[in-house]
Amino acid sequence: MMAWKWRWLLVALLLAAAIAAPLGQKSYIVYVLTSWLVFAIAAMGLNLTLGYAGQISLAQASFMAIGAYITALLTLAGWHWLIATPLALLACFVVGLLLGYPALRVKGHFLAFVTLAFNTLVFLVLRNEEWLTGGSYGLSGMPRPDLGLFTTMRPLPFYYFTLAITVVAALAMWGIVRSPWGRAFRALRENPIRAESLGLDTRRITLLAFAIGSAYGGLAGALVTSLVQFIEPASFGVGHSLRILLMVVVGGAGSFFGPFLGSGVVILLPEVLRFTEGYYLIIYAVLVIVMLVYAPEGLIGIGARLKAKFFSRSQVRADMSQGATLK
Amino acid sequence: MTAPVLSVRNIEKRFGGIRAVRGVSFDVHKGEILGLIGPNGSGKSTLFNCILGQLVPNAGEVAVSGRDVSGMRPSDLNKLGVGRTFQQLSVFPRMSVLDNVILAGQEHRGTMTSRLFGAPDAGLTQDAERMIAFFRLTHLRDELAGSLSYGQQKLVDAAMAFMAGPSIVLLDEPAGGVNLTMLAHLKDRLVAYNAEHGTTFVVIEHNMEFVMSLCTRIIVLAEGAVIAEGTPDEIRSNQTVIDAYLGG
Repeated sequence: MMAWKWRWLLVALLLAAAIAAPLGQKSYIVYVLTSWLVFAIAAMGLNLTLGYAGQISLAQASFMAIGAYITALLTLAGWHWLIATPLALLACFVVGLLLGYPALRVKGHFLAFVTLAFNTLVFLVLRNEEWLTGGSYGLSGMPRPDLGLFTTMRPLPFYYFTLAITVVAALAMWGIVRSPWGRAFRALRENPIRAESLGLDTRRITLLAFAIGSAYGGLAGALVTSLVQFIEPASFGVGHSLRILLMVVVGGAGSFFGPFLGSGVVILLPEVLRFTEGYYLIIYAVLVIVMLVYAPEGLIGIGARLKAKFFSRSQVRADMSQGATLK
Repeated sequence: MTAPVLSVRNIEKRFGGIRAVRGVSFDVHKGEILGLIGPNGSGKSTLFNCILGQLVPNAGEVAVSGRDVSGMRPSDLNKLGVGRTFQQLSVFPRMSVLDNVILAGQEHRGTMTSRLFGAPDAGLTQDAERMIAFFRLTHLRDELAGSLSYGQQKLVDAAMAFMAGPSIVLLDEPAGGVNLTMLAHLKDRLVAYNAEHGTTFVVIEHNMEFVMSLCTRIIVLAEGAVIAEGTPDEIRSNQTVIDAYLGG
């Protein structure tokens, strides 16, 4: 019980830090912090698909693209962001569900290639269908959400708007991973054959893992539309999917807070290292490589390892203290 | 007369030119503990996998309580009251013992919607604790299943197979790799569960002492076909069985 109290206290402190962080900062810093929140949402979605359910996907950026373009087209047509975004999420959920079907037949590296091909397909459609997407020139001038008394036109209000959306998305994810669905996702990752033998419909759970993860990607895309107010296909290429994958792995795949840490490292660390001028990308790359070598389970895993080292306990082996023979 | 809990009719399974299972038929009745033995490569596990939907047989039928379940998916079979354990360790290593056992029951409770919006434990914590206590694992309730000893994981596996209250459980080499102390404990629990709930068991096993002391009836397979059937005493003295095992 105490552990939970400490955990909630930590969450409250982190939330307070997130509220205080942009105060008094220049627009660029507020933009970077908002990007961190947006990518944390995208990484949360991939963390469900990959980290909890064990289904590799290299297509998260394509779902950001689908979410971003649907929101952009609808808001440019005069729809409110709050109406356009649920439709974009629904579209991503359905497309994610369809992308999940190959996962019922192929696993591991083969599934990675299928999702990679899907990301490339989405990129090509966005680039070639100029009549709808603006092609390589993209779409621009999307309005930010106007909530009546609270307008998000300025960077700071938009940051708080994004923070509120992130909190809601995180609470929804918390509800999912704590529920029996979350247990089913983890069972799918750890031992799908055993899970199936216990009555779990692994096909349905696999499809849901893709669909929900994709909807989170769509939400991140909808926020990118308003954050940057300009979208183009190159912003959603395979490289960006790999970047989101890096966020999940660096933070700790299958851990609730991993995506926040991982996106923090991938988005914020290069900015922190900018004082090193031309060397910052080299230092950043070396830090990530060292971390992945020494903590392959991610930043969250370092904490778990320290806990195991300093608070280790011997396991009770009742079988060794009993004596019995077959009758 | 009530239908057998499990009825297997003329199951045939070929892998290329090899006939792994050759027209095997048998019935298992309520409360029975049936042993399925045979030398390595005799087709026991293949037969199990055909019964349990992991493999599609080339011919034959399987019925559970009179209902044809041939070709049914393992998850649907489980919902009809068929539990199983695996030859290899089959717990969810990064989940606690309690979560492993709750998982084994949650798909039998409520709907998909209630499993998303309802209680995180699907209201199963007390039932799971009772099952954990039955297998005398209470002291390991919150441990990660992957951190337990081999024998303890076998017990967790059994607890999971029983959690949904199945009418029949198929146990694939439950004694394999388990030390003598833990084996006695496992046998004691299986007998107790059978006595308390009248659950039917089908057990594949190589450990003759274990299978002879546990089972009420034994079927012997060799080269994919049934070569003998009877009580443990009859099987012990059956010359065909002795020849099959010794290569005579």
